Formats: sequence, structure tokens, C-alpha cells
Amino acid sequence: MNILKFFTAGSVDDGKSTLIGRLLYDTDSILADQLEALQNSNRKNDDGTIDLAILTDGLRAEREQGITIDVAYKYFQTAKRKFIIADTPGHIQYTRNMVTGASTANLAIILVDARNGVVEQTIRHSYLVSLLGIKHVVVAVNKMDMMDYSETVFNSIKDKYKALAQNLNLIDVNYIPVSALKGDNIVQNSERMDWYKGESLLHFLEQVDTDNLDKSQLARMPVQWVIRPQTDELHDYRGYAGRVLSGTFNLNDKITVLPSGASSTVEKIEFFDQTLDAAHAGQSVIIHLKDDVDISRGDTIVNASALPQETKLIEADLCWMDGRALDTSIMYLIQHNSKTTKCKISEILHKVDINTLEKHPADEFKLNDIGRVIVKTADALAFDLYDDNRANGSAILIDSRTNLTVGALMFRASVE
Amino acid sequence: MSEYNFDYLDELEAEAIHILREVAGQFEKPALLFSGGKDSITLVRLAEKAFRPGKFPFPLVHIDTGHNFEETIQYRDEMVSRIGEKLIIGSVQQSIDEGKVIEQTGKNASRNALQTVTLLDTILEHKFDACIGGARRDEEKARAKERIFSVRDEFGQWDPKRQRPELWNIYNGKIHKGENVRVFPISNWTELDVWNYIRRENIALPSIYFAHQRDCITRNGQLMAASPFLNMDDEDVVTNKKVRFRTVGDMSCTAAVESDADLIDDIIQEISESKISERGARLDDKVSEAAMEDRKKGGYF
Ligand SMILES: Nc1nc2c(ncn2[C@@H]2O[C@H](COP(=O)(O)OP(=O)(O)OP(=O)(O)O)[C@@H](O)[C@H]2O)c(=O)[nH]1
Ligand SMILES: [Mg+2]
Repeated sequence: MNILKFFTAGSVDDGKSTLIGRLLYDTDSILADQLEALQNSNRKNDDGTIDLAILTDGLRAEREQGITIDVAYKYFQTAKRKFIIADTPGHIQYTRNMVTGASTANLAIILVDARNGVVEQTIRHSYLVSLLGIKHVVVAVNKMDMMDYSETVFNSIKDKYKALAQNLNLIDVNYIPVSALKGDNIVQNSERMDWYKGESLLHFLEQVDTDNLDKSQLARMPVQWVIRPQTDELHDYRGYAGRVLSGTFNLNDKITVLPSGASSTVEKIEFFDQTLDAAHAGQSVIIHLKDDVDISRGDTIVNASALPQETKLIEADLCWMDGRALDTSIMYLIQHNSKTTKCKISEILHKVDINTLEKHPADEFKLNDIGRVIVKTADALAFDLYDDNRANGSAILIDSRTNLTVGALMFRASVE
Repeated sequence: MSEYNFDYLDELEAEAIHILREVAGQFEKPALLFSGGKDSITLVRLAEKAFRPGKFPFPLVHIDTGHNFEETIQYRDEMVSRIGEKLIIGSVQQSIDEGKVIEQTGKNASRNALQTVTLLDTILEHKFDACIGGARRDEEKARAKERIFSVRDEFGQWDPKRQRPELWNIYNGKIHKGENVRVFPISNWTELDVWNYIRRENIALPSIYFAHQRDCITRNGQLMAASPFLNMDDEDVVTNKKVRFRTVGDMSCTAAVESDADLIDDIIQEISESKISERGARLDDKVSEAAMEDRKKGGYF
């Protein structure tokens, strides 16, 4: 059985949390004591039925205000699949929390309120989905109960979104009319929308194939920790511990260590009490090399026949996530896998106007702004382009005055 | 490319090992909070997988309420000597003796809340900058909101409204002096995942997780082990029952469930069919809707 990680997005009050609650409720994933807590809660729907949104709105402030502030993670499984859900906030103020939930997912459910159609937040979140390279999108047109379950309403929203999807290069987009509140097309197909011939949301999620994701063949392993027991029996033991980001390392593969450029051969691959013939993407292992090269945390071991880019000047998309605006005159820290180095944003190439998706020149970058910049790093980074290899093409910016994570970077090109 | 089998437990395991190694790489003085429960026992196995044949780059820290199940302490001591790692004990009794906290009184008295003070003192005394814990997001709705690297201020407080973005698998462990980070490598595991992992890895557990005969009383609808740590009176009727524990904490706040499951397969079967959550057996969470959130804001695990 494999895991599907997905998240909900869309504007405030479009029904994201209710939809997750409905999915859990209708799959019998809510246990008796949790249900009892829901029944005892004083947040109820207008008709007195339980408010399913409070299953994920776990903070006091969220329950009081009736909105989601930070991402909640929920887990459930059916006979076919395990699911990790991130329920993210729709409010623009909390966009950074939406990006947090989205960054580890491989499928997005974008909710649209059938009464309002595609609004600015729908566009913003869809744009972020495309920047983050999330290949699978479900557009759930919600609150169909408030629009008489009308096929016409659904179709007109679908057409509107199709234009947006094309503009954003979203390839695999599926449309489902739902009512999160009443449960239509969430787990069971709705009798009230017999004009809809597609699958229910759950059924779709159970069988969607996301295996084609993150399948970069480029072998990369950032070294997180060097294991040197230095005991009598293991006097010369020196193993490089890390998680294979992408590709495969086989025994006897020729490798290069970056940034030093030293080359060697894979001598041994260990995983706790086992020795392996190969280490694949996703595995946390220990690699031994034939030669005594100088390697420490922050270095990357790569296949010698497919080297990454290596430069100190990178063009990247930036999402700004801090209340303090970007300051192009100061130094930030950039964290790329296990490496952290100083950097500056040396140039803002453009900023994107979310409503029109047009690119404009800009000289300031504030909370929730998205655009293209040039990053100048103190040490060269060994990276791949985000679209080629998500895992080795992303980084975060840290403000060393506050230690906060202030930006998300997706590498698009190295600057000559 | 050779075919390989990488199922969901392998994926969760590899993620947790990655997180543990990030802690080793990013912090000066980390610690692993070890309670003697199944989640922290799982963490120890994951740490072995992350760092063997080397030593752990951190000690184990047990915040000892003094109201433990005997079996847990015995397990702890045996395990520590088997793995050959350092154990530091922070004692709630000592915090009481030093007058830093005051023992609760009354029928529902528990040392659960007092632990936070001892924990923060232990962090301060040893200057720990990161504490690894076995909390999982599926346990409780406030935990479902917490980051894997969760920054606490000088007073140990969690501020749920000001969490840092946490993107991809990149964890920002930068902090100011006095702050520390709580790190939760098994955030994405469910209770059942932990049990399936324990079965797969053949990990030994304290015997109280398996069905056994025990003297119990009923408190607030929950079955509690009769012990000198419960303030019992004439109303409490002691009956001997076959029980096991689903989660293990302090004796005064951990409830038992009636069960015949004395093998791990039976336990997994029982949990798969159970209609009650794991935390349903914790009195500490029953206090109010925001009980866990409030404790976390106060510096709890
Ligand atoms: N009639 C109707 N109301 C709905 C439906 N889905 C959600 N709602 C209501 O819409 C309101 C907002 O729902 P939430 O689930 O909290 O919305 P959200 O998208 O999670 O909002 P944020 O997380 O704050 O962005 C609640 O009052 C819900 O009961 C639906 O299908 N039909
Ligand atoms: Mg919500």
C-alpha cells in the first residue's frame, strides 16, 4: 500500500475544512470519543448538526473565529490507500501556512464556492500549485446545495477554471461538483446530481496514479552527518549518512563530491544491520567510498556522469512569507538541503500580479508577494532546476536577525 | 534500475531518520526525551538506524514523575544498558522537594502538569537546544497543527499563531539563545503505524502494553490501575481485571482498557477495530476542548 499526500486549498470559507471533515466522517475514520467531543462542542451548524470543520480546526482561536489559521494534518486509510491530508487556510494573511501544507503534497484539491466562482484566492492558490510543481489538481466545486445542484453553474465554473489552468500550465485537472456539508460526491456519488457521470472525490483519490512524480533519475545524496565511531574495532570506519534525494546509487558507481569536486567510487551501502546493493530515492542510508576524501555535512554526493549545476548566482522564483519586506541590501541565509550559506537577493526581476498573472518590474517585495529574483550565494550550491528535480531545486531563506523562515525559493536557471 | 520495495513504513522510517540526522547536524546540545512509552521506544530504534555503528549524538532524558509503572522503569534501565547510551533523569519529586512546584491534592491529583516545570529546568540545566519527542499529529487536534521543528521560547512556550513556515523537507533549526526546538520525527505516523513498525522490527515493549491481571478502580468512567499514587477512598471499589495499556504515562493519568490481547498481532487487530482513540484513555486531555493546546503553550512536550 502506498501513501497519497494531498492538501485542500481555495478561498476563505469555501469549505476546505468541512470537506476534510466530511471525508473522514463518511469513511468512518472518526472515533467515538472524537465524535462525542464534536457533539459537545458549542460550534454547530445553523441547523444544529455537528460542524465537521472543527475536526481540523484544532486551535482555540480557529474555533472561536470559525476560520483556519494554520495547516492541520490528518491521517486516514481505506482498503486501497493511506492518505496524509493537509488542511490549509484560505485567508490571504496565512498564505505561508498554505504553502507549508502544499510543499510536501503531490495532489491539490482546490475548492471553489459555487456561489462565487473563481476568485482572487483561487487564482493565488492555483498559481502556487503550479509554481510548486504539483501535477495533479482536483477542482471541487463546493456548496452545490446552495445552487440547486445546477449543472449549468458547475459547467460555467469549470470553463472559467479551464482557462486559468491552461494559463498556468496545470495539466492533470479534474472537476467534481460537491457539497461538503451534505456529503454529495464526497464518498458516495450524489443522487441529487445524476447529471454528473464522473467519480466521487474519494474514489478518485483512491486510484489516481501519482507514481510518475519526483522520478528524477539524477543520483543525489546530501551528506547530513559523518559517522565515525573511532572505537578500537571500528577505528577506520567512516560512513556518510544521508537520505537519497533522487535517483539510485549502486555499488561501484563513480561519484563526485561537491563542492570539492573530488571523485571516488561507492564501496559499500549500509542500512543499520543490512548491507545493500543499491540506495534508491527516499532511502536514508550510509554510504562508504573507496577513497579517503574530505567530506562533511553540507556536501553532496552525486553520480559522476550526471553532475548538477554549480554556481553562486541563481535565478529563482520567490514566495515572500514574512511581515518584514525583503531588503536587497542585507544578507540572508539560504538553506538548501543540508547546506546553509549566506546570500543576498541581488535583483528583483519581476513580481506577479495575482489577479492578471502579469509580470511587472518591482523594487519591493512584501508578505505574500511572488516573483522572480536573482540570488547571490557566498558558497556555490550544487542544485538542479526545480522542474527537473523538485528535491534538489528548492531552498528556504532565513532572516538571521529573527531566525524566521522568510522565503521559499524554486530554482529556475543558473546565471552565467 | 533494479526494482525495490519501498512501502509506507519504509517511507515513514526514512523520513524520521532524516529528521534525526538533521537534529544531529544542526544543534549543539540535543536530547531525546524518553518516556518509556511505545513512541519513544520507537524513536530509540530510529536513532539506532540513524547513527549506528556510531554513538547517539544526544543523551536520553527521562522526566520522572515518580509515579511510574514499575515495568516502565525496569524496561528503561535494561534498554539503556543494552544500547550503551547516556540517560539523564529529571525528577519531579526533586522539583517538589525544592519547592518549585506544589503537589496537587484531592481525588484527581496528578503529577502530569508538574512535569513541565521539571522538563524546563532540565533543559536549562543541561543547556539543551533541541529536544526530540515522540508526539504524533494523529494523537490530538492541537498536535495536528504543530511543525516537525517546533520552536519554543525561553519559557518553553509554543505560540501556535506564529509558527514558522516549514517547506519541503528543509527544517530551519536556527534559534536565539535561550530558545529551544522540540523536534517530532514521527509526526506523520499513526498509532497503527507505530504498532505495525514495532511488529515488523520485533521491538520489545514493557509488559504493561500486553493483557495482564491487575487491580483496578473506576474513575470518571475510566479504568485506572490501583496504586498508592491515586488518592483512593472508601468509594473506590477495587476489582481485578484483565487489562492492558494503550498509552503509557504517569500512573495517575493513564487509563487501562479491558483486553485479552497478549500478543502483538492481537493488539494490532484490537486497535484496527477500536472505536475509541488512543488519547481517549488519557484523563489529562479530558479537562477541556483546548487542554493539549494550553499545556503546549505552557511548555509541555
Ligand atoms: N451550504 C453549504 N455550506 C457549506 C458547505 N461547505 C462548507 N459550508 C459552510 O461554509 C462555512 C465555511 O466552511 P469551512 O469548512 O470552515 O471553510 P474553509 O474553506 O475551511 O475556511 P478557511 O479554512 O478559514 O479558509 C461553514 O459555515 C460551513 O458550514 C457546503 O457544501 N454547503
Ligand atoms: Mg478551514
